[in-house]
Amino acid sequence: MSAKEKSSPGMLSPYRVLDLTDERGLLCGKILADLGADVLQIEPPAGNSARRIAPFYRDEPSPDHSFFWWSYAANKRSVTLDVTRADGRALLERMVASAHFLIESGRPGEMAALGLGYEDLAAINPALIVVSITPFGQTGPYSSYLASDLVGMGMGGFMYVTGDPDRAPLRVGFPHFYLHGSAAGAAGAMLAHAHRVATGEGQHVDVSCQEAVARALANSLAGYPIEGSIIVRQGAYRQTGAGTFMRITWPCKDGFVNFQFSGGASSGQSVNNFVRWMADEGMADEFLLSLDFKNLGYGTVTMEMMDRIVPPVSRFLLERTKQQLFEGAIERRILLFPVSTLGDILEDPQLEARGFFRTAESSDFGAGLTLLGPFARASATPIRATGSAPRLGQHNAEIYIDELGLARSDLIRLASAGVI
Amino acid sequence: MRPLDNLKVLDFCWVVAGPMTTSYFAEYGATVVRVESRQRPDVLRTAPPSRVKGKSLNGSGYYANYNANKYALGLNLGDPRAIAIVKRMVAWADMVTENFTPGTMERLGLGYDELRKIKPDIILFSTSMLGRGGPRSKLPGFGAVLSSLSGLTAITGWPDRSPTNPYGAYTDFITPRFAVATLLAALDHRRRTGVGQHIDMSQLEVSLHFLGPLLLDRANNGREAGRTGNRHEAAAPHGAFPCRGEDCWVTITCMSDAHWLALRQALSDPPWMQSERFSTLLGRKRGEDELEALLAEATQSWEAGELVRALQAAGVPAGPVHSNKGVVEDPQLGHRGHLVYYEKAEIGRHPVQRSEFRLSRAAAAQNWPTPVIGEHTRLVCRDILGMTDAEIDPLVAQGVLEEPPVASHG
Repeated sequence: MSAKEKSSPGMLSPYRVLDLTDERGLLCGKILADLGADVLQIEPPAGNSARRIAPFYRDEPSPDHSFFWWSYAANKRSVTLDVTRADGRALLERMVASAHFLIESGRPGEMAALGLGYEDLAAINPALIVVSITPFGQTGPYSSYLASDLVGMGMGGFMYVTGDPDRAPLRVGFPHFYLHGSAAGAAGAMLAHAHRVATGEGQHVDVSCQEAVARALANSLAGYPIEGSIIVRQGAYRQTGAGTFMRITWPCKDGFVNFQFSGGASSGQSVNNFVRWMADEGMADEFLLSLDFKNLGYGTVTMEMMDRIVPPVSRFLLERTKQQLFEGAIERRILLFPVSTLGDILEDPQLEARGFFRTAESSDFGAGLTLLGPFARASATPIRATGSAPRLGQHNAEIYIDELGLARSDLIRLASAGVI
Repeated sequence: MRPLDNLKVLDFCWVVAGPMTTSYFAEYGATVVRVESRQRPDVLRTAPPSRVKGKSLNGSGYYANYNANKYALGLNLGDPRAIAIVKRMVAWADMVTENFTPGTMERLGLGYDELRKIKPDIILFSTSMLGRGGPRSKLPGFGAVLSSLSGLTAITGWPDRSPTNPYGAYTDFITPRFAVATLLAALDHRRRTGVGQHIDMSQLEVSLHFLGPLLLDRANNGREAGRTGNRHEAAAPHGAFPCRGEDCWVTITCMSDAHWLALRQALSDPPWMQSERFSTLLGRKRGEDELEALLAEATQSWEAGELVRALQAAGVPAGPVHSNKGVVEDPQLGHRGHLVYYEKAEIGRHPVQRSEFRLSRAAAAQNWPTPVIGEHTRLVCRDILGMTDAEIDPLVAQGVLEEPPVASHG
C-alpha cells in the first residue's frame, strides 16, 4: 500500500451514505465506500443477514467470520439500530438530515410502511438520494414477487443460455443476481448525484436486478426480435445466431482451456495463429488450413463446420497442459486461456505483479490474512482495497455519542431495550 | 434536464465493456463522440444478430445495443492528421475513454501524459482485460475468455461434468457499473478540486470482486469451491424443474421451512411431501437427489406460468426460466420500459436496453439509434471543432476523415 493510499482522501470523501441493505444490496455501498465515501452500515441489533452467509473464516460460523460480510461490508462503519422501533426511526431521521445517500433493499413498500418511504425521507432532506435495490423494481406486475438468486437469474434470462443442452438451465456458480443490481445501484446513485450537483435536488433511484441481469445477455436478447432465433444453451459451445456457433470450452491434459473458436478480426486472427501452431507441431489439418477465419464474420461458424474442426483441435489440446497451452498461446497471440481454478488465480503472475492480493498486517484475526485489492486504480486518489469489515455495532459510540450527542446512559438504555 | 447534459466524452472504446460504460453517459445526456475507422472496425459491427445477408458494418443488433445516442466520428488513426484532430477533440472533452490493449494509446501519441499537456484536468479511463503494467498486460482477449481466467467458469456447471462458461462475454457486463460509478466520482472530485486523473480498471480484478468470498475461502481456509449445479448450501429444494412443453423450466427455491410448507400447500401436499425425512432442512439436504426427482415429476404436468403464479401466491420464491423470447416479452420488463425499439436502415426494427434503474427526477435521453460508421463526422467537425466544409472535404477525400458512402452535406 502506498503512502498516498493511506493518507489522501478518496473521490467521494465529503459524502455520507446510510446503508440499510441486507445481503442483497451490500455491494452498492461497498463501491461508494471504496471510492472514499463514509458509509454507515445500519444493522439490525441481531446483525446483518450477510453475517450468516458461508463460507466462514476457519469454518467457524460466527457473525464476524463470514467471508461474504468481509467482501461486501469492508470499508464501512457499523452501527446497530432497529428502525422498526420509534426510537430507532427517530435516530435514523436525525442521521438522514445530514446524509447524502441512503441505500435500502427492502421489499417495495416495506420502508414506506415504517414511515421511511422516499417521500418521508425527502421531507426531512430534499437533497437526499435514496437508492432502492429490489429484484424487479418498485412497481409492476412482478414487483411483489419473491426472488432468490436462482429465481432472479432465471427471470433475467441468464440461466436458459447457460449450461448443458441435455440438462436443466444453470446459474453462475456464485450468486450474482443481486450483485449485478447492487453494482448498478452505485452507478445510478452517482448519476443522481450529478443531477443534484446541477439542481440541488435529491431523488429516488429505483433499481431492478432483473434488468441488470438482462443487460448481461450479450447478443442473445436481440436475437429474438431481429432474427426470430431462440438462443439455447450449448455447454462447451455457444450459439451466436440462427445456425451459427462457436466453441468455447475445451478439455486439455490437466483440466480445461477456454478458446473462442470463431471468425472475426481478433478471434479469427487468433484461430489462424492456432492453426499454424498445429501445423508447426506436425498436426496440420487440411480443412482448417483451407479457411481464413479472419475473413469469416464474428460468430458465423456453422455446426457442420464445427464437426470438422473439433476432432483435430481436440487431439492437439489433449496432449498439452493448460500452462503449456497458455504459454504457447501468449507467444503466438492466440486467445486461449486456462479455465483457472481459485488456486490458479491466487498464483497468477499478472495479479501478483499488480499486487492485487494483499496480506493484512493486522486485523481482528491476527496478521497474515489474504484480502482482495481495489476494483480499479486511480492516479490522483486512492481506491480502497478490501480492508476489514466492521464488527457488529463497532462504531455505535462514535456515531451516537460523539456525533449525535446521546448520553452514554441513553445509549445503554436503548441497547437494553433492543433498539441499538 | 438530464444529469449529464454538460459532460463531454471522447470515446475510443470498442466491443462491449467500454461502449456499454459510455452508453450510460449517452443515455443520461452526455455528448459522447465515438471515434471509429473502417480500417479497423469494431468487431461488434459484424456480430450477429443481423438481418443483412453478407458483410456490413451497419447491420448488427449487438452493436446497436450499446451505441444509441452517441455521435460517430470516422477517423483513420493511422494518419498523423487524424491524431491532430483527436488532440483538438481532447481539448474539448472532459473525459477520454478507451479499452485498447495497454500501450496502444501511447503508441498513437495519446497517452495520459500527452493528454494532460492538452487538457491538464482531463479524466482518462483505461480498461483492459488484465490492467496496465505486469507481465501479461498486453495480452489480447475478450470477456468470454476472461470468465475462465477469473474463476467464474470453473465454479459454474454440474459436479459430475466439465465446467461450463457463463453465457456471452460475461465479465464485460460486470465492468461497466463499477466504471460508471468511478468515473462520475472522478468527475465530482475534479469539480471540487480541479484535479483530473487516469483510471486503470483491470476487468479481471473487477470481476474477482464478484466471487470475493470464494477467493477468501481459498486463500485463508484452503478450500477450492466446486461446481454445485443449481444447489445452495443452506436451502432445498433449490433448482430448476421441468414443466409442460419443450425446454420449459421453473426455478423453485425453499430458503426457509416456511417456503417448504408453502410449496407443499401449493402442490396439494402429496404423500411424499408429508414424509418426515423432508420436514427439516438437514433432511431435505440429505435426500436432495430424491427430493429433486420427486419434485420434477410433480412439476412436469404444470404449465410454467400457472405454476409460477401458484407458487408465488403461496409465498414460494419461484419464477420462469426465461429464454431470450421470454425476456423480450416479460411483462415486468415491459412495465419498466426496459427495451426501447428503434428503426435504423440496415438493422431494421431493433431493441436497445435501458440502464437498470429509473431516476425519479432526472430524465434519460432516447433520441437516436446507433449511428452508421462515420455518420456524424461532418457534424462533429463543424459544430465541435468549427471546421468548414472546405477544410473537411479534402480530409474526407484523402481518407483521414471517414463518412458514410452517401454523405449528407445538408
